[in-house]
Amino acid sequence: MADYKPTEMMTIAAARLLKNDDICFVGIGQPSAACNLARLTHAPEITLIYESGTLATKPTVLPLSIGDGELCDTALTTVSVPEMFRYWLQGGRIKVGFLGGAQIDKFANLNTTVVGPYDKPKVRLPGGGGAPEIATSCGEIFIIMAQGKRSFVEKLDFVTSIGHVSGGDSRQKLGVKTKGPTKLITDLAVFAPDPQTKEMIVVSIHPGVTREQIQENTGWPVKFAAKVDETPAPTAKELDVLRELHARTNRAHAAA
Amino acid sequence: MARITSLSEAIAGAVHDGDTVALEGFTHLIPHAACHEIIRQGRKDLTLVRMTPDLVYDQMIGMGCVKKLVFSWGGNPGVGSLHRFRDAVENGWPHKLEIEEHSHAAMANAYEAGASGLPCAIFRGYIGGDLPKVNAKIKRVTCPFTGEELAAIPSHRPDVAVIHAQRADRAGNVMIEGVLGVQKEAVLASKRSVVTVEEIVDELPERSLNAVVLPHWTVGHVAMVPGGAFPSYAQGYYPRNNSFYKAWDDIAKDRDSFHAWMKTNVLDKGPDAFAQYARKHKAAAE
Repeated sequence: MADYKPTEMMTIAAARLLKNDDICFVGIGQPSAACNLARLTHAPEITLIYESGTLATKPTVLPLSIGDGELCDTALTTVSVPEMFRYWLQGGRIKVGFLGGAQIDKFANLNTTVVGPYDKPKVRLPGGGGAPEIATSCGEIFIIMAQGKRSFVEKLDFVTSIGHVSGGDSRQKLGVKTKGPTKLITDLAVFAPDPQTKEMIVVSIHPGVTREQIQENTGWPVKFAAKVDETPAPTAKELDVLRELHARTNRAHAAA
Repeated sequence: MARITSLSEAIAGAVHDGDTVALEGFTHLIPHAACHEIIRQGRKDLTLVRMTPDLVYDQMIGMGCVKKLVFSWGGNPGVGSLHRFRDAVENGWPHKLEIEEHSHAAMANAYEAGASGLPCAIFRGYIGGDLPKVNAKIKRVTCPFTGEELAAIPSHRPDVAVIHAQRADRAGNVMIEGVLGVQKEAVLASKRSVVTVEEIVDELPERSLNAVVLPHWTVGHVAMVPGGAFPSYAQGYYPRNNSFYKAWDDIAKDRDSFHAWMKTNVLDKGPDAFAQYARKHKAAAE
């Protein structure tokens, strides 16, 4: 087996979760890499939608921004941003939404707004963007985030978008009918919500990673499922396609 | 009614100190040349509205033009922070910046409500998160038919919208293609507007029956500024300069290097410089 980086394992593990008939709301960065890797391997007909309004887009290189010309050039159609958020997202037509964040808690609530107090932030982050409504309007949510004690925290400084709120049925009690985060894919493991408590628990560990490593990189006491799988290592094909995609992207962004 | 003027006349005529101004363009067609002209003309105390503040508002904030920012995502797309925005929020430099923060769905709905002549936007959103705790304008309303609780925010009714588009004809009808963002809504929601275009043509080219066109009687000033969206892009004219967006990270990180860049590239230049930037970049990308 070829050598690979933990972030490559993370992208590949996320890509594998996507199916050919999925309709997916894609964010920039890791989600975009995972979604396009799925499209270029096992899910050639997956529908990828970016919030810039590009529906069913098939970029040859990864976009740097959410609205690069490449996305529009290769889309089935491009709609306005109000239409995107009203008809397509709020209208309930998106099956899977991808999110990430600066901080996550054990119920997969996310913070992308501030580190520290809102009025006097230590770090002012970009903010919510599409996330608050993606989190509640998509059929289900996949989250991709590299693990670390500063990002996997006991308590968020700010709740930008909700996951399973305070666990149990607290999400439904807010009137939200969608599933919320069903998978959290990290550079060490895959988490999924416990059916009752809705706390994100480890269901699969990437090859060579230990339970101790996962705990050391998580700010709450981690729970493990009764049966924890080992994530299958990346195949040569998955690695080739992903690396070629990144190489193409880097060449394109250096030229332009 | 559209008036074809120079960019400097357009900004002098439409954008005043203290105005609420929306420069729109969702990644695509961001009106950079118009932003630079507003900075050169020294506008102050502006309330800036924009979904993604991007480099244009980073520059205006850093140059001290801005009193308040209404926004939903304040980053450099695919790169990281907007350092001038962060410096203003975290350290109050060059002065304190008021912020009114929303989500994208809220902003898009508020522009659409403004264009529709409605006082507020209603949508299913802001459920469970903390934004309603820090933004008093986010309220909840109950649907009179189903009892469902929905989010409501005031519609956007800016004094001025500023957008860039591919082309206008001599009457000032403006045609937009590609990623449309909220440009049409922003113009229709605003009292006044400035539209910069890549070219002014005798007749708009052959187009789809449903092409996006702002009729001349909905538009204020129209100014031809080739390359006017650079380093953003104009579909069909020149691509986005992704490497400049990456380079901005270093330029804007430091107050002095920011000021030096602004002096050389904004204060000491005029709108004519943009045609050359876009031409050079297009040639390099091909």
